[in-house]
Amino acid sequence: MFSIYCPYCEEHRSEEEFHAKGQAHIARPEDPDQCTDAQWGEFLYVRDNPKGLHSEQWYHAVGCRKFFNVLRDTQSYVIHDTYKVGEQPSSVSEAPGVSQAKSTS
Amino acid sequence: MQSYSSFGLLKHALSYHEQWQRAWRNPTPKKHYDVVIVGGGGHGLATAYYLAKVHGITNVAVLEKGYLGGGNTARNTTIVRSNYLWDEAAHLYEHSMKLWEGLSQDLNFNVMFSQRGVLNLGHNLQDMRDIQRRVAANRLNGIDGEILDTRQVQELVPILDCSQQARFPVLGASWQPRAGVARHDAVAWGYARAADALGVDLIQQCEVIDIETEDGAATGVITKQHGRITAGRIGCVVAGNSSVLANMVGLKLPLESHPLQAMVSEPIKPILDTVVMSNAVHGYISQSDKGDLVIGAGIDGYNGYGQRGSYHTIEHTVQAILELFPIFSRVRMNRQWGGIVDTCPDACPIISDTPVENLFFNCGWGTGGFKATPGSGHVFAATLAKGVVHELAKPFSLNRFKTGALIDEHGAAGVAH
Repeated sequence: MFSIYCPYCEEHRSEEEFHAKGQAHIARPEDPDQCTDAQWGEFLYVRDNPKGLHSEQWYHAVGCRKFFNVLRDTQSYVIHDTYKVGEQPSSVSEAPGVSQAKSTS
Repeated sequence: MQSYSSFGLLKHALSYHEQWQRAWRNPTPKKHYDVVIVGGGGHGLATAYYLAKVHGITNVAVLEKGYLGGGNTARNTTIVRSNYLWDEAAHLYEHSMKLWEGLSQDLNFNVMFSQRGVLNLGHNLQDMRDIQRRVAANRLNGIDGEILDTRQVQELVPILDCSQQARFPVLGASWQPRAGVARHDAVAWGYARAADALGVDLIQQCEVIDIETEDGAATGVITKQHGRITAGRIGCVVAGNSSVLANMVGLKLPLESHPLQAMVSEPIKPILDTVVMSNAVHGYISQSDKGDLVIGAGIDGYNGYGQRGSYHTIEHTVQAILELFPIFSRVRMNRQWGGIVDTCPDACPIISDTPVENLFFNCGWGTGGFKATPGSGHVFAATLAKGVVHELAKPFSLNRFKTGALIDEHGAAGVAH
């Protein structure tokens, strides 16, 4: 079970207080009307799903009820960083989806 | 291949069962195969078997990084049913169901398919409306299904708490009598043995680390243990690791890999002779022939490849099961485990060609792949044999995530295994 640090509440809380909400840093296309079906489909459905480092959104459902980001390893389950929406993770530079970094293999 | 029969059993008893042939060979891989199947689970082995049997393509290798049937095939709760809502899914799962019904004879291997029926409980009016709709749709598709009221459910499962005071009152259920359970390991072993007998090479401890392409077509795989193996066509059937394999050719899939857990109790005397599932409380239970209660849970919400899950998911499931079956309150749980399921946005599989020629994927079965093992292998074998996606599998193409023609089976697949 995870003990997750909420960057808004500024404390570690049990996993049961949170909901995982999937991959982070997915930008909504600026003009959906100009998207091809393939582009829109990719935005809606296609995910990195890496075995390794994963930037993901979590929701502090029974706490502050805010969304924030977690940088977590999907194999070791180690949480490397948690950070607010709009911020970048501090510790790992090769994080997927961050600063136009190429996706990890 | 040595044929299994009761006469054989008697004969081998005379030699203390020490003379049985090995069930399959352990070959060294060749340099080239007509078809390479990545993933030696139930679906991959079934694919290999039907390639050899139906299509006569025997120059086939199944590459498995661990041991045969050691992934989700060994980790599911063995439920087999075909009561899916939408035509496309219903046809695919019913195709599978029909193959299940003759599978033990076909493979000469007892897969212990037991058509003991599956109940999907309804706990509120909306559940019952959904059940009515789904059963009606099933019957229009020629799939058996009945709607039971509380009294009928109680008669079928006397130990289920159907009282007015129940935390989750049972208003009724859908009932598919032809559904049931099968011995999961036997399915993998049966397909492996039958495929091997037809000449398929089953290569265990052989991990694919890269897929080679040339001019937009896949030409072979690089393995960690045996180097390069070239192939006419490649079929990837690797469940939770599908995204990892797709990434080798720069392809991204609409998949998320999640841990899904199950558990068994200590063996107890026969008490439950059917399968009870409940979408609303997220639990499903049956009793194995050995006597242990087989209980399944929901997926963990986060992505994970760790083959283990969260404790609160177990707790949630056990709470739900105990509300339904108070009689089990003092049964002790024996083992718990997790598998990695590749979930799709519409809870339906992907059986598809890809932008890379000669590379095919069969994935996205999510939480309910076991029941589809024979059908999945059958249609994927046809796809690999002809290079064209099988008619039943066409609606499950990757293309649906562009066209928007999704097949939303969340209702029927919710907790289905």
